[in-house]
Amino acid sequence: MINAADTAWMLTSTALVLLMTLPALALFYGGLVQAKNILSVLVQCAAVAALCSVLWFGMGYSLAYSGSGDWLGDGAAFLLGGLTRDAVHPGTHIPESVYVMFQMTFAVITPALIIGAYVERIRFAAVLLISALWLLIVYAPVAHWVWGGGWLAKKGIMDFAGGIVVHVTAGVSALVIAWMIQPRYEFPHGIRPPHAPWMVMVGASLLWVGWFGFNAGSAVASNADAGMAMLATHLSAASATLTWMAIEWIKFGKPSLVGAVTGTIAGLATITPAAGVAGPLGAVLLGAAASCVCYTAVWAVKRVMNVDDALDVLGVHGVGGAMGTLLLPFVALVGAGGGTLNHPVSEQFTVQAIGVVVAAIFSAVATFVITKLADMLVGLRVDREHETLGLDFASHGETGYHINR
Amino acid sequence: MKLVTAIVQPHRLDNVRLALTEIGIAGMTVTEVRGYGRQKGHTEIYRGAEYTISFLPKLKIEVALPDDRVDDAISAITRAARTGKIGDGKIFVMDIVAAHRVRTGETGDNAL
Repeated sequence: MINAADTAWMLTSTALVLLMTLPALALFYGGLVQAKNILSVLVQCAAVAALCSVLWFGMGYSLAYSGSGDWLGDGAAFLLGGLTRDAVHPGTHIPESVYVMFQMTFAVITPALIIGAYVERIRFAAVLLISALWLLIVYAPVAHWVWGGGWLAKKGIMDFAGGIVVHVTAGVSALVIAWMIQPRYEFPHGIRPPHAPWMVMVGASLLWVGWFGFNAGSAVASNADAGMAMLATHLSAASATLTWMAIEWIKFGKPSLVGAVTGTIAGLATITPAAGVAGPLGAVLLGAAASCVCYTAVWAVKRVMNVDDALDVLGVHGVGGAMGTLLLPFVALVGAGGGTLNHPVSEQFTVQAIGVVVAAIFSAVATFVITKLADMLVGLRVDREHETLGLDFASHGETGYHINR
Repeated sequence: MKLVTAIVQPHRLDNVRLALTEIGIAGMTVTEVRGYGRQKGHTEIYRGAEYTISFLPKLKIEVALPDDRVDDAISAITRAARTGKIGDGKIFVMDIVAAHRVRTGETGDNAL
């Protein structure tokens, strides 16, 4: 039975989550690269969004959400074959079409997040090939495990909006691709700073707003869970923003814009899995923890692991998503407004940890194979000359900024 | 005729323009440029990583003058642009071979 309020909120949420990729993530990432690569990042985001939408229609949705196998969905909904106009998604009060579309926006942003790892040096064909294979081979199965009735769902795992399904898978895969494609030639000491910090802020702000659809929409209803999820999401983002600013202020004497909004995203990624059970106080504490841990992780990936995960996908998204997933059982108990767990705390923590570890290992191995394949078929990197010239002109024949006249 | 080229800190532009206007010099061309001298560059920090910025933003002010106004212009610019800190800039003076006003076709000092 379709409920109008639920449907209206889910239509709204769907639009908000698409906004997170187009243009929010595109601007967030675009501002962080050099001026000569701005358009390449924007077109990568747009193309991945379009490609993954069509693949979601073709196979992705079916592999993630059709059937009740432990490991993978079935082919019953390929090409959305059985989708009738008045179908209701099981267990909800919204049309199946809206559920397909809402989940499609998640399937779009997750491969797009990985773009941050390989910007400024990848071949465009490799972007498309890796994203397409990754959606079907990594994202769809993990979404099935956690949200589609697979083995982790049967274990009672709690991942409200995608700490594991979105952020751990994308973060770990980003690290693997960044490691395989090798660093940019100037890495680590000759790398140029972000060309447009203001654009990073605009992107992060749109992500912040879009995240209300991502998290509060994951209630798949217009109800109290959605309301509390929105409150928790906002408070975590605010608390993480302040914390990252404070870290920089203490450490370097000046709080930076890029740092503040990176904190915002760390806080949002971290609350994502826990948005369904965190109360306001839990969210504030989780956001503060997010910036402390993600700040260290960003540094560690670059300086200790020496991997050029260019825009810190693992450090901000992967680590944030994993942390939120693992702390979820404890956050639920802090202060008023917390939700109920599926298991007692220690047992819930064990299930959460199994989910994070298995999803991370599976993502790493599968991404390794996908990236090897892409390397053999189309090659991963552009020529050094093209990298120096910038991908905007070298790969797309366009220039981001012309002289004014 | 001389071309006086002054490289100055961007935030001193209004001061320099006022100083030149006060001594009756009207007309100048300003360009945003980047460079370094003894100051070398500075560092900026993004997400905890330090970036060296070698070329700092400066403004290049160009003024074409009759020979007898050059000394006044130089002292006006120097006074107006100086902060006393490293990075205040430089002034260069060059000979102008010819000058033409596009609208009227006047030449030499009359074109300035």
